[in-house]
Amino acid sequence: MIQIAQNCVGCGKCTTVCPFGALSLVNRKAVASNACTMCGACVSQCPVGALSLPASTAAKKDLSSYKGVWVFVEIGTDGQTQHVRSVGCELLSKGRELANQVGEELCAVVIGSNVSPFFAEISQYGTDKIYVIDSPAYAQYNTAAYANALGTLIKKYNPSVVLFPSTFVGRDLSPRLAAELFVGLTADCTGLAIKDGNLIQTRPAFGGNIMADIKCPDYRPQMATVRPNVFKKVVSAPGKMAQVVTEMIAVPVDAAKVRVISTQFDPPATGKKLDESEVVIAGGRGMKNKAGFDLLENLAAKLGGTVGASRAAIDLGLKEKDKQIGQSGVTIAAKFYVACGISGAVQHVCGIEHSDVIVGINKDANAPIFNVCKYGLVGDATQILPRIISQLETKK
Amino acid sequence: MHIIVCIKQVPDSTQVKVDPKTGTLIRAGVPSILNPYDHYALEKALAIKAKTGAKVTVLSMGPQQATAVLRLALALGADEGVLLSARAFAGSDTWATAYALAMAVKKIGSFDLVLCGQMAIDGDTAQTGPEMAYHLNIPQITFCESIDANGNTVVVKKLIEGGHQILQADLPVLVTMTMPADYVAKYPSFMAAHKAQDKQVLTWTDADIGADPHKLGLEGSPTRVDRIFPPPARAKGEIFSGSAVELASKFVEILKKERVVK
Repeated sequence: MIQIAQNCVGCGKCTTVCPFGALSLVNRKAVASNACTMCGACVSQCPVGALSLPASTAAKKDLSSYKGVWVFVEIGTDGQTQHVRSVGCELLSKGRELANQVGEELCAVVIGSNVSPFFAEISQYGTDKIYVIDSPAYAQYNTAAYANALGTLIKKYNPSVVLFPSTFVGRDLSPRLAAELFVGLTADCTGLAIKDGNLIQTRPAFGGNIMADIKCPDYRPQMATVRPNVFKKVVSAPGKMAQVVTEMIAVPVDAAKVRVISTQFDPPATGKKLDESEVVIAGGRGMKNKAGFDLLENLAAKLGGTVGASRAAIDLGLKEKDKQIGQSGVTIAAKFYVACGISGAVQHVCGIEHSDVIVGINKDANAPIFNVCKYGLVGDATQILPRIISQLETKK
Repeated sequence: MHIIVCIKQVPDSTQVKVDPKTGTLIRAGVPSILNPYDHYALEKALAIKAKTGAKVTVLSMGPQQATAVLRLALALGADEGVLLSARAFAGSDTWATAYALAMAVKKIGSFDLVLCGQMAIDGDTAQTGPEMAYHLNIPQITFCESIDANGNTVVVKKLIEGGHQILQADLPVLVTMTMPADYVAKYPSFMAAHKAQDKQVLTWTDADIGADPHKLGLEGSPTRVDRIFPPPARAKGEIFSGSAVELASKFVEILKKERVVK
């Protein structure tokens, strides 16, 4: 449980910031209940420094030899041709910023087969060095092979930061490595910055409508995953070529324990992708059922838009999982975004905040979506949408 | 064949409300449920049990109340339940949680398959499964929609970017499951729940699993919260209320004003 020192002045500030409601005032002193998870969110909020987490008894490691910002750049395939996954370029752009702040190198790690055609593209984001493991043995992703390869490089060169794309590959590889290296890993960050030499990793936290800055002060490297479209690509060194460092690492025998029988790629989607659509109409739990989502489809068709959904609607089976908008889904940057029956929890807002115009339609006048939208309509979307559709039809 | 399914009790996100003043979650009175991804993983384990006669053990870490999800799993057809519960586990991030769960799996003894949900809906990290697989020194396959066990191997359908793969793996292996969009969780009948009351739920502490205290709880957790803060507010927009017809007209006006339609 959180430790509360005698100098507590009973101001009560900590009781309002605890995400678990574990702190209360008893006789004008803060008291923690069993609901305390020792998340530490209250520590920095105490004006007199009365709150602390139990001190670590382990000897502190010397972290001064860990230097450099690394990005695991994933080479994707559509079954025919290989390409650099865009999120890797976004992470290199952010990584350049972080590396400049600490005066260190920005390095890309590329693992695959026949990857040299991509070095120029990877270099233009200001990449200083590209570590390459290039062999037919790495043509397909395999957890044991890739974890061994990247783990070997990390142990050899001691980077301070390693960023991963929050793709199926990045989310499989990074926790395996974090466990092995005994380091922290923060999933689906929506912001990254350097403060006092530590990587500050921002993400919505505690399943709540609250953001947290996470750090790993006593462990290196600091590792984080980031979803596509969260950061912007910035070509900061056009025409520059990074130094290429080729490494040879054999695939461990354990890799053969998991074998690919077949790979199938979905036919290209008929409609536009959510993150490429100018108009996005999304529904939440307030759309109630499939009939509610039919209304969204109808409206989207009239506006040339694409239909997405909130996490709650996906959980109810109202829409396919790849249409989820939010921190753990797709991040969109639409010109016109309509949230129908979506309360607007921070996890959802993270995925829409880059949109130009946000319209919220919700029955609950207190719904947080109304704090972020340009236009808010307080009403039942399942009642309003049919009338919008009929008005648009009669107009023609 | 012995399958261990890792499950977590989580707040029912479909019933959580946000305090309009502080912006924090109102947790009081929110019912707890079995994490839906774990529910799906458990059903897949029970399907393998029905086919092969495998034994299914469910494992959870959390406060004593988490026994409820283990009881639910037993009522659904799992054979044994283990709850890891002690103050020493408080403050665990995914690293320390995965370590403790892996130590418990080792104590349970011989196993062929560990099944986990892809992630818990109260944290969304999808890290604990792969981190456990490392601590158990076994291969992992993540984000699988279906699984079939066949003698000494499993065959899974795994999601990849833009498609899926069929993979085969030797046992033992750890697999994390993700449910299809149309999945509806099954719940036990009253009779099944009643009959399961005789089944055992063991409670183990940090001492029982022989864990290294430096790798548990806060001490074993590399991540720290630097600060928490409400999401940055945007400039408050125009809010309209009225009848459905009035609001529909307003929406069409907005469409014209923002040049979405002419």
